[in-house]
Order: sequence, then C-alpha cells, then structure tokens
Amino acid sequence: MRLHDIGIELVKKDGVLGGRVFVGGGMGRTPMIAPEINPFVHADDLLSYIEACLRVYNRYGRRDNIYKARIKILVHEIGADAYRDQVAEEFIHVKKLGIDPPIAEFDRISAFFAPPAFEANLSDDIDRSDPDFAVWLDQNVKPHKQAGYAIVNISLKPIGGIPGDASSAQIDVMADLAKTYSFDELRVTHAQNIVLPHVAKRDLYVVWAALNEASLANANLDLVSDIIACPGMDYCSLANARSIPVAQKIATRFADPERQRDIGELKLKISGCINACGHHHAGHIGILGVDRKGVENYQLTLGGSGAEDVSIGKITGPGFDENGIVDAVEKVVEKYRDLREGEERFLDTYRRVGMEPFKEAIYG
Amino acid sequence: MGDNHEEPAVTLDAFLDQSNATAVRLEPDEDARALIPYLDRLALIEIAFPTFRDGRGYSSARVLREAGYKGELRAEGDVLVDQVPFMRRCGFDSFAPAKPLNEAAVEAALARYEHVYQRAADAGVPAWKLRHG
Repeated sequence: MRLHDIGIELVKKDGVLGGRVFVGGGMGRTPMIAPEINPFVHADDLLSYIEACLRVYNRYGRRDNIYKARIKILVHEIGADAYRDQVAEEFIHVKKLGIDPPIAEFDRISAFFAPPAFEANLSDDIDRSDPDFAVWLDQNVKPHKQAGYAIVNISLKPIGGIPGDASSAQIDVMADLAKTYSFDELRVTHAQNIVLPHVAKRDLYVVWAALNEASLANANLDLVSDIIACPGMDYCSLANARSIPVAQKIATRFADPERQRDIGELKLKISGCINACGHHHAGHIGILGVDRKGVENYQLTLGGSGAEDVSIGKITGPGFDENGIVDAVEKVVEKYRDLREGEERFLDTYRRVGMEPFKEAIYG
Repeated sequence: MGDNHEEPAVTLDAFLDQSNATAVRLEPDEDARALIPYLDRLALIEIAFPTFRDGRGYSSARVLREAGYKGELRAEGDVLVDQVPFMRRCGFDSFAPAKPLNEAAVEAALARYEHVYQRAADAGVPAWKLRHG
C-alpha cells in the first residue's frame, strides 16, 4: 500500500467508511515509502480528494524529466506537509465540481461484488489422515470468514521450475476446480500464485488430489522457494541480468521441505533490472540483477517488506555472480537460523539484530 | 479544424506586460492561473503541446474552464487523434495539430463512446447521473 504512488487503506471512523490516504511511494530506481497525507477521507469525498492529489502533482511535478516525473519525487522534494497543504487547498475547489457520485452508485457497484451463495451449516472438520495432504493444508490453505469454507492457495513454484509458470493443461485443471469448487472464481496473486477463494472444507481433499495429480500441490506458500521473479533477460528486453535461473538455483538449494518449513516465512524477490518488477526492494531477501561491464552481477538486499510493516531492503555490500548469490542467500538464511529467538521470522530477526551479523556471515 | 481566431497569440509574459492583446499562448510549464483575472477580455487561449507525452496542457485547460473562461481554447502542436476526445473533455474546442489529422478518424474517435463516467469540463453527463438523477 505504501509502495504505490497512491495507497488507500479503507478504514471506519465512528462507523463511517473512509480512506486513509498515502501518497508518494514507489519502487524502481528510487524506492520510497509513501507518507500519510490524510488519516481519514470520507468515502463520499474520496474521488475528489484523489483528483486533488493528482492535480497538485500535475501542477508541480517534474514533467520535464522522465526519471523525475513521479509523484514520489514531488512529495519528497516539497515534503509531505507542503504537499498535504496544497492538496487540502485544491480539494476545496475540486469538491465544488461535483465529481463524487452519490451513495446509490456505490451501492449499485458493490452489488457486483456480493459474496457468493455460501452453504450454511457446513462442517469445519477436515480428515487429515493423508500426511501429504496435511502438510499442504497447513502451508497453503488459509482461514475463510465464512464457517465451513477455506481459501486455497495454489503455488506455481515447483522446486527448480520457472516461478509463476503453468502449462495449458494445468490451467485447465485450475479453471475446472474453480468452476466446480470455488463458485467459478479464481484469482492470480502478485506473488505469482493462484487463489481459489471459496472452497468448502469438505472438498479440500478432492481439490488437493486433483492439484497433486497435475503437479500443482507444491506445499511451499510463503516459504523460501516461493520466489517472486521477474522474467529477466530470458524474456525481457529491458533486463540487465537473468532472474529465472537464479530463482531456480535458490529453490533447488532449499529443496528439502522440512528445512524450508523450519526456516518459515521468507519472502524472496528477484528483479533483473533497476525497474524492480520483481519488487526486490520489498523482499525480506531481495536480489537485484545488474550489468557490470558486460557480466551479470547480483546485489543482495535484506529487510524489505511490502506488507503492513512496510520497509525497503538495505543492500548488504558488493554483489555476486550467479553461483555466489545462491551461496550468499544460504549463508544469510543459516545465520538467521543461528540467531533467531522464539517464533521470530527472518524479517523479525533482521530487524532485531541489524545488518552486521549477516554481513559478517556473507563476506567473513 | 475550428481555427476561428485570427489574431496571433502573444506569449504569457508579453500578455502580462501589456495586456491589451486578446489572444495568448501558454507553454506547458506556465501557470494558467496567471490568466484568471483577464479571462473576460480574451478571445483565444492557445495551449502548446510540444510533444504528445507532455500532458500539462490538459491541466491548464481545466483550470481555465473551471475559472469560467468561455472563449476559444486551442490545442496546438503534437496533437494526436487519440488525444482529441480527452482534450475535448478538458475543455478544448479547437485544434491546430502540427501534422494534419484525418478528419474521419477524428470524428470516429469523438463518437466512439456515448457515455462518460465522470464530470469534466465538457457537457458530458456522468453515467451515475443518468442512472440516479
């Protein structure tokens, strides 16, 4: 939310719906975390307010320079307070233009997003007697707000595979499962995985068996091998380095499922150039591929997060070649296993102990 | 297309110096709000688009129309056919493209969408207004 040009967090204040507005975040060559510009904008004013945000940018933004023609640059240069004041002034004018639709229009639109016709009184019991199923259940299936239902995450990250790839036959399987077991709904996530959002718990085993048959039951959601990678130089003409082979090598290095589960949640993200399509800035561990005098070189960053506890990863030091980056990631992960306390995730340990112990583990 | 006003447009600086001209030209980095006190006596405001990628002129048009300017508002320069409908929505009513546009393509672009989502500087009535009154 705070790594976007504009992020809106829907909130309720005294029972009234509104938005907490953040402006001026982004990744790419100039990663920035968006400051809060308004803690609460009433839902009836949101469109006008966002228009005011854009108008202030249009008026003062650096349209003369394509690298600086971004909201984040303006907010950073004039400061959040000055930007907020300008938006407040512009909002008074914009609000008079009658841009905001009436609540009846919101109601009409929200009808299209009504929840599906859930069955009532379904059992929450799941037969966990098949151990492979139980592992997948614990790792990839998340709670649903509706009793008797669950959220199924299909990981498209087989060990050694291309992150996010699926064959046409696999896509057919997922589409059929969505149709039969998830109210015909399926979503693609930014993590390059697939979600079946509404699966009855009584159907979970059948869904898992079908996924398993199609080699789609990888039980590694949010683990170290659930890597986000951009297409990199294999497919992208902007890239400076390959991403996919690095992802494949790291996943293979951590192939042991028990070791992965012991490591726990670890978001590893790889970009093959400074544009950061792989969101490496937001990776607990991030990898940025660069071109150094015609040779692919990989920089390592630690401590990023794209979640509510947003942060931008810090670079560890000199970069590595393709095999060196895999070794460096392993050293970082093993250092974390040595240092962690209690239930700490990698990110928590990094935030507690800082960069130094990891630097020492990598560069000795 | 709609080149109504024949008097050459002066620069913003020249206009502000000796404001008896009735036509003025705005560059992308010039603040349209400087003209607001003089809108009544202006017959033409020409807004420059040196390159299609520079959209600051759209904002200038909205500023002027929202301040009550009723005269001719002309988009001049690197104006492309797919931009004409959006320029119209921002209040432009005449166009002086550096490269001539295909008239039929312009007509088709302007006629493509019957309805609009949002109120703007043209007469378009938003879909929600038609639905809910």
